[in-house]
Amino acid sequence: MRILVIEDDKEAAGYMLKGLGESGHVADHAADGEDGLAMASEGGYDVLIVDRMLPKLDGLSVVERLRAEGHQEPILFLSALGDVDDRVKGLKAGGDDYLVKPYAFTELLARIEALIRRRNPAEVETSFKVADLEVDLLSRQVKRGEVEIQLQPREFRLLEYLMRHAGQIVTRTMLLENVWDYHFDPQTNVIDVHISRLRTKIDKDFDTALLQTVRGAGYCLREPG
Amino acid sequence: MALIYLVLFGVSVFVLLGFIYWWTAGITAIQTDDTIDAEITGLSEQYRARGVTGLASIVRERSRNERQSLYLLIDPRRKALAGNLNGWPDVETQEGGWLDFPYQRPVGGKVETHLARGRHLLLGQGYQLLVGRDTHERLRIEKIMRRSLTWAVVLTLGLGLIGGLMMSRNFLRRIEAINRTSRDIMAGDLHQRVPVSGGGDELDRLADNLNDMLEQIERLVLGMRQVTENIAHDLRSPLNRLRSRLEVTLMGEASEIDYRNALEQTIDETSDLLDTFNALLSIAQAESGQLEADSKDFNLSALVRNMAELYEPVAEEKSMTLTSEVAPGITVFGNKHLMSQALANLLDNAVKYTPEGGNLTLVLRLTENRPELIVADSGPGIPAADREHVLDRFVRLEASRNSPGSGLGLSLVRAVAQLHCADIKLDDNLPGLKVVLRFEEQESQQV
Repeated sequence: MRILVIEDDKEAAGYMLKGLGESGHVADHAADGEDGLAMASEGGYDVLIVDRMLPKLDGLSVVERLRAEGHQEPILFLSALGDVDDRVKGLKAGGDDYLVKPYAFTELLARIEALIRRRNPAEVETSFKVADLEVDLLSRQVKRGEVEIQLQPREFRLLEYLMRHAGQIVTRTMLLENVWDYHFDPQTNVIDVHISRLRTKIDKDFDTALLQTVRGAGYCLREPG
Repeated sequence: MALIYLVLFGVSVFVLLGFIYWWTAGITAIQTDDTIDAEITGLSEQYRARGVTGLASIVRERSRNERQSLYLLIDPRRKALAGNLNGWPDVETQEGGWLDFPYQRPVGGKVETHLARGRHLLLGQGYQLLVGRDTHERLRIEKIMRRSLTWAVVLTLGLGLIGGLMMSRNFLRRIEAINRTSRDIMAGDLHQRVPVSGGGDELDRLADNLNDMLEQIERLVLGMRQVTENIAHDLRSPLNRLRSRLEVTLMGEASEIDYRNALEQTIDETSDLLDTFNALLSIAQAESGQLEADSKDFNLSALVRNMAELYEPVAEEKSMTLTSEVAPGITVFGNKHLMSQALANLLDNAVKYTPEGGNLTLVLRLTENRPELIVADSGPGIPAADREHVLDRFVRLEASRNSPGSGLGLSLVRAVAQLHCADIKLDDNLPGLKVVLRFEEQESQQV
């Protein structure tokens, strides 16, 4: 995937480019808002990572102009401003996701991959299938093979989110934000408990485990092998 | 500015007193003329009825009695027939027969020259009558009036000047006191307050408002200073630990696995550091009350229900039961995210300190129309003496030194409670801890 990083901190951008390269992406770098806007306008990127505070042209304006020009690429804001209010401003300007510095690189990577996936939906999906696990969004039915599984509403939303991002790493913060709409980290690992509950329902009585823990990063729902 | 006021004041005093003078002088002059007219009318009637002889006898009689009125009746040869004037005055007759003239008046054996005003009447056949009034007295009064009014102007201006000077000096002194206080404060002494005279006037009200503002500013600055100190305090030691580990790892002969472990530990530690940092920022934010800008009404019932649902499995994991009892439709004004975080902190604590098999209770209800949020557990509780104290930052009781946590959880809860104008109370749950947040009374239109 081709990624454009618009970030004025050269060292941070260097690490980011290296990390993205090691994860199999091709990344370009722009050091200020005007360069970033020019490079992004040429197109050809699958995702943009935009810092909010940039010299010459700030991140919000860059994104607003790109959206006004009709560019549809997914955009992830990076910011040292972490208020819910700032987040809302970023999303309003046309950002698709918002990550507060300092962040874990695995978090950044997981979110970028989620964004790339989200921008390429085959069509409006009403059902998902991973191995023999099937979820029907309309009838709200969950089946593994021939066995029907009963889920609580929140467990269903959790599974739906994992299914939508099947094969990708999903972090705890992503789950907390998207399934519960909380923007803070509880001290206790509440997410782990909810995941293990879901796991007992969808994996426990079956031969292969689909919901896997990725150490130091989060979870991944995928067919093993 | 003061000079302009003074000139304006002087001019108005002058105009006012000048008007009084002009008006009274005018009236007395008119009165004189009226009296003369009346006498002329009366005398000409007498003349018509009784002829020159009758008129002459009346004039003679009046000349004897009257002291202010002057009369002179002359025949065609200008010879005086009757009257108390010695001769026809030698002045021009003005329009309407009026004339102002001097005459000799005997006063106490001496003869003085007085001024008089009179009117001249032609009676026919060459007879002429002059009726006048001594205006000497009137002019003298006018002169006295002029003099006293001039003095009044001078005195008023003088007193006004002195009074104004005194008032403005007093005013300036008080303004200067405010200025001095501001300078002291700008120099860094935030304890200074503007002096209040106690008279309750506008300046006092200004001083009161300034003092309230200073109070608020001092509170904010102290809060900020405390946050800075706390951040420095609580971030230094873990940063030090982190640095030591890295240095020690580099010092010895280490295998790749040692490096990897050291780096992983370092990453873990940075995220702990970040948590502490975020908690401190949230507390500072809540305490400074700066979130009021994006505050709105939110459904507290839904928030509590969601939070109960989030923590139920967590409690179950530790074989505890979480019982929740949430009254529907309770709305509170404030910041939803901070409130969620505060409630999460309370539940985190409850889960952390309650032994396995315990009970947790989460209640939201209306008591006397005030929303009441209760988080209770069956853990060891907090001794009564420590209850106020644990709400402070970085306070961790001896018993919990070894469990993870920053010691900031309850301080955030308290700050968030204050931001939402809620009272916070720590109570005994017999056994366990019961935290009660009591919000302000609900508005009656709430459904």
